[in-house]
Amino acid sequence: MADDKQNAAAYWKANVRLITWSLVVWALVSYGFAILLRPMLAGIPVGGTDLGFWFAQQGSILTFIAIIFHYAWRLNKLDKEFGVEE
Amino acid sequence: MSQFAINLIFVGASFVLYIGIAIWARAGSTKEFYVAGGGVNPITNGMATAADWMSAASFISMAGLIAAGGYANSTFLMGWTGGYVLLAMLLAPYLRKFGKFTVPDFIGDRFYSRGARLTAVLCLIIMSVTYVIGQMTGAGVAFSRFLEVSSAAGIWIAAAIVFLYAVFGGMKGITYTQVAQYVVLIVAYTIPAVFISLQITGNPLPPLGLFGTHLESGMPLLEKLDEVVRELGFRDYTADVDNKLNMVLFTLSLMIGTAGLPHVIIRFFTVPKVADARWSAGWTLIFIALLYLTAPAVASMARLNLVNTIYPEGPTADALAYADRPEWIKTWEETGLIRWEDKNNDGRIQMYNDANAAYAPTAEARGWNGNELTVNNDILVLANPEIANLPPWVIGLIAAGGIAAALSTAAGLLLAISSAVSHDLIKTIINPNISEKGEMMAARISMAGAIVLATYLGLNPPGFAAQVVALAFGIAAASLFPALMMGIFSKRVNDKGAIAGMLAGLISTLVYIFTYLGWLFIPGTNMLANTPDNWLFGVSPLSFGAIGAVINFAVAYAVSLATEEPPQEIQDLVESVRTPKGAGAALDH
Repeated sequence: MADDKQNAAAYWKANVRLITWSLVVWALVSYGFAILLRPMLAGIPVGGTDLGFWFAQQGSILTFIAIIFHYAWRLNKLDKEFGVEE
Repeated sequence: MSQFAINLIFVGASFVLYIGIAIWARAGSTKEFYVAGGGVNPITNGMATAADWMSAASFISMAGLIAAGGYANSTFLMGWTGGYVLLAMLLAPYLRKFGKFTVPDFIGDRFYSRGARLTAVLCLIIMSVTYVIGQMTGAGVAFSRFLEVSSAAGIWIAAAIVFLYAVFGGMKGITYTQVAQYVVLIVAYTIPAVFISLQITGNPLPPLGLFGTHLESGMPLLEKLDEVVRELGFRDYTADVDNKLNMVLFTLSLMIGTAGLPHVIIRFFTVPKVADARWSAGWTLIFIALLYLTAPAVASMARLNLVNTIYPEGPTADALAYADRPEWIKTWEETGLIRWEDKNNDGRIQMYNDANAAYAPTAEARGWNGNELTVNNDILVLANPEIANLPPWVIGLIAAGGIAAALSTAAGLLLAISSAVSHDLIKTIINPNISEKGEMMAARISMAGAIVLATYLGLNPPGFAAQVVALAFGIAAASLFPALMMGIFSKRVNDKGAIAGMLAGLISTLVYIFTYLGWLFIPGTNMLANTPDNWLFGVSPLSFGAIGAVINFAVAYAVSLATEEPPQEIQDLVESVRTPKGAGAALDH
């Protein structure tokens, strides 16, 4: 029982760590590259405009998809490692 | 064949499809009515969720908003997609594990409190009812433009169709019609976009065309667009914004609000496993992205098309003579969504930014006396096939697509409302001993009641309908999302903390919005004018949801720490939703 509890706590910690890193990327591409850091990226041209504009209208959406699939893939693996899958 | 006959065939065929699905997918139990039996494939659910989420606003209005605002309105693109990252990691899989039927179900059980459940029901109903008004009026507009009936008749027809499959099929009927509606709306949205992208950039893929070359001038498309709008005194299309704080907070409010919308969350209760809920969120976003990556391309190309139509020889030459205006301008003038006023009596249509003081001398030198053309943002997508001279069947498709977008979202919202009434109010609070059959009847009656209410409000929309949609996001962000997240990620937050937090988030957001937009949106009762100078730290009322969420979190933690810990069985419940193991059994409660 104690083992179960410890195992569940370790699984949850790993999950929260994964979520935290995913949210860092999530914030970086949208609030970072697309909005706040756009002036810094202004020198990088993309099809008639700059990288920040690309992130605002396409890049962030594509990254969001990648984040979710990466999260689902990693966590489903963690489920099995910790033996907590359905 | 006339355009009217073609529209009728496309819309009629799509309705036959929806009704056919309704007959095939009748709900036999409450589990089927609330969560489609819990056996929906994650990809299928992704498609249904995409249709559930993409409303008349996404289909009809968004590209127009981006065309008008350029870079500054990228907030809608990021805000309405980024929420799925939050949903996939912070809410959906755990709530699926919890395995009950509604969002207030979780809040009521986790915070072991009838008050918390009622607060959640209240937030849910305010938010969903306001949302559904927009869908009904959106369907009405699409009907009246394409099928030559009055807007009111359009709303009645829409209500009758939703009634057929939502009352009998519940979530099961709604799920499979939403899949069909997704296919209709994405095909309708993409085909004209591909043609327009080919005409303007030579690239068949609109998202690539957006960053491609403008065929006529050989310049990059966005550079060309910046140039022509600049020559008319408008801001550059790609220009950066000054108020970055507000842009960040608005995007964040849309994201948190999206993740907190009950009609979207409950869609994830329909998949068989917890792991499926994670995948399904990814698939949902892929299906949404097909439209959301196309929309900004449509926006820029349509804006350029519009300028080229009005200034056939370029913006530095004479504007189009009113007598020579193309057919589509005439059609849309009849709806009042395009208006022309010959201010300088030269018989030409001058379109420019007359609010730009720096441009005024140029306008005067050209003999212009104010902007003469008003174009409603909403017509952009609907008029696109006509602007690009596409064949009549494409217009029929757009009609069916716009109606599909409005109906699919309306059905999802109506289900969220009716299940909150029949399950949370009637089954859990008023009469816990109600039989399965009785609850099923209650669910169907609440659904019918919700449709009648939505129809009534669609026919008599309150004057503030547009602002109320923003209110719905603010409420979702400030009330439900933080409560759900804390219920999963904290074992310490208790009943008192959650209720205090939800109320603090809700009230602070309402007060901030009402201060600028009027108490209950009654014009003239606002205490401050709704201008950027008056906003607290430059935060617009529409961006306040994110701050309301922070207030909710802070109050909930503070109150919880000052009061007792939640009982052991609640802490065990939190432990249990955190791991997928043992989810199957939980559903059959």
